[in-house]
Amino acid sequence: MSSPAPTGGSPWFTGTVEDITVETARAKTFTLRLPAPLGHRAGQHVVLRLTAPDGYSAARSYSVASAPTDESLIDLTVERLDEGEVSTFLHDVAEVGDELELRGPIGTHFAWDPDDGPALLVGGGSGLAPLMSMLRLARAADRSDLVRLVVAARTPDDLLYAAELPGPEVTLTYSRAVGPDGRPAGRLTADDLAASVRPGQHTFICGSSGFCEAAGAHLLALGVQPTTITVERFGPTT
Amino acid sequence: MPVTRGFSGRRRERDPRLPPGQYDAGDDWPVLHVELVPDLPPAAWSFAVDGLVASPRTWSWEEAQDLPRSTYDGAIHCVTTWSKFDMTWVGVSVDVLLEQAGGVLASATHVLVHSHTGYTTNLPLADVTGGKAWLAFEVDGGPLEPIHGGPARLLVPHLYFWKSAKWASRIEVLDHDQRGYWEDGGYHDRGDPWLEQRYHGD
Repeated sequence: MSSPAPTGGSPWFTGTVEDITVETARAKTFTLRLPAPLGHRAGQHVVLRLTAPDGYSAARSYSVASAPTDESLIDLTVERLDEGEVSTFLHDVAEVGDELELRGPIGTHFAWDPDDGPALLVGGGSGLAPLMSMLRLARAADRSDLVRLVVAARTPDDLLYAAELPGPEVTLTYSRAVGPDGRPAGRLTADDLAASVRPGQHTFICGSSGFCEAAGAHLLALGVQPTTITVERFGPTT
Repeated sequence: MPVTRGFSGRRRERDPRLPPGQYDAGDDWPVLHVELVPDLPPAAWSFAVDGLVASPRTWSWEEAQDLPRSTYDGAIHCVTTWSKFDMTWVGVSVDVLLEQAGGVLASATHVLVHSHTGYTTNLPLADVTGGKAWLAFEVDGGPLEPIHGGPARLLVPHLYFWKSAKWASRIEVLDHDQRGYWEDGGYHDRGDPWLEQRYHGD
């Protein structure tokens, strides 16, 4: 993969909530207007910080779900975690017009653009967000031939970006529901991944720690080299 | 910092042991790493100290078990904002490892720590010497689990925990600072949680 410039001083800046989209019962996408284009690579994340009147602050990392563009807008998809100090605020309190502090983009290794070549993207639950940035970039560049995306969700109701996602490069699997092609309900298997494994691919896995390890084990069993796999875990670090 | 409309925060009683911007993870131990957990049976494991030391050397698993061990009792702090208190770690002090490699040369200033997975992280030499860092084999009375970096990880508890490389394989002693995996991606070169050195420029 190419090596982007370091993020330098990474100052804080203000984003204004421009739109809030309900994705599922537990996930919302916050479209933020920034002072300037973020300049992120698909897959990178930002840090979002909330500050109370007494100076107490809480910061969490969120992947950018939108593709890099010339526009000063980014999408952050946030899953509501009951114990999550930041995610509950964003879901229950934040409104269009609110100002939020951000810094980034952060992270260089979980990042892809079409110049990097073929990519296999494997996402579980809200781990789909950074992979969606990659898929959107590939589609916008008319290079979706480079990408294969395998998604694991509980049910169709839990699937993020449900209207936008389907396409010939995307495989949907559900752990608690029958899939669109008649796939029985169940956790992701090696069979679900086999058809999307191609030579020369780099693989990006994102999801819970358990999901990432399970998906990684399937890929190793299919002969994928561990050095071609990059993992990002979404933990309960709410 | 501008105040966020409507945000009051949950935790008003702050534990004085918590560095700024951190919360107490309690019994949880969140897992965060960028690689798959490697399969490291004793036969596949080794640990090396090389670079600017008098006698670079490598330990096998059996040899490493015979090194003198010491204990760290205290907290760890992850840059993703959780801290974890009252842990007990057992490992070999990095001072012992450097000493057994003949000691560092006069020009040594930094180390780059490598993992069996290819992960790297950079630290000033002064942050891994003087009883501040270990190659840790045990935590809270049991062997370190693979998901947490076992069979052995670096432990540098006074810095953010990404410096405590999981599945550590090698300490390379250098005469300059060379950025590792996260540092190359925008994270701080030193990472002192009490100074909130999370990212470049902090």
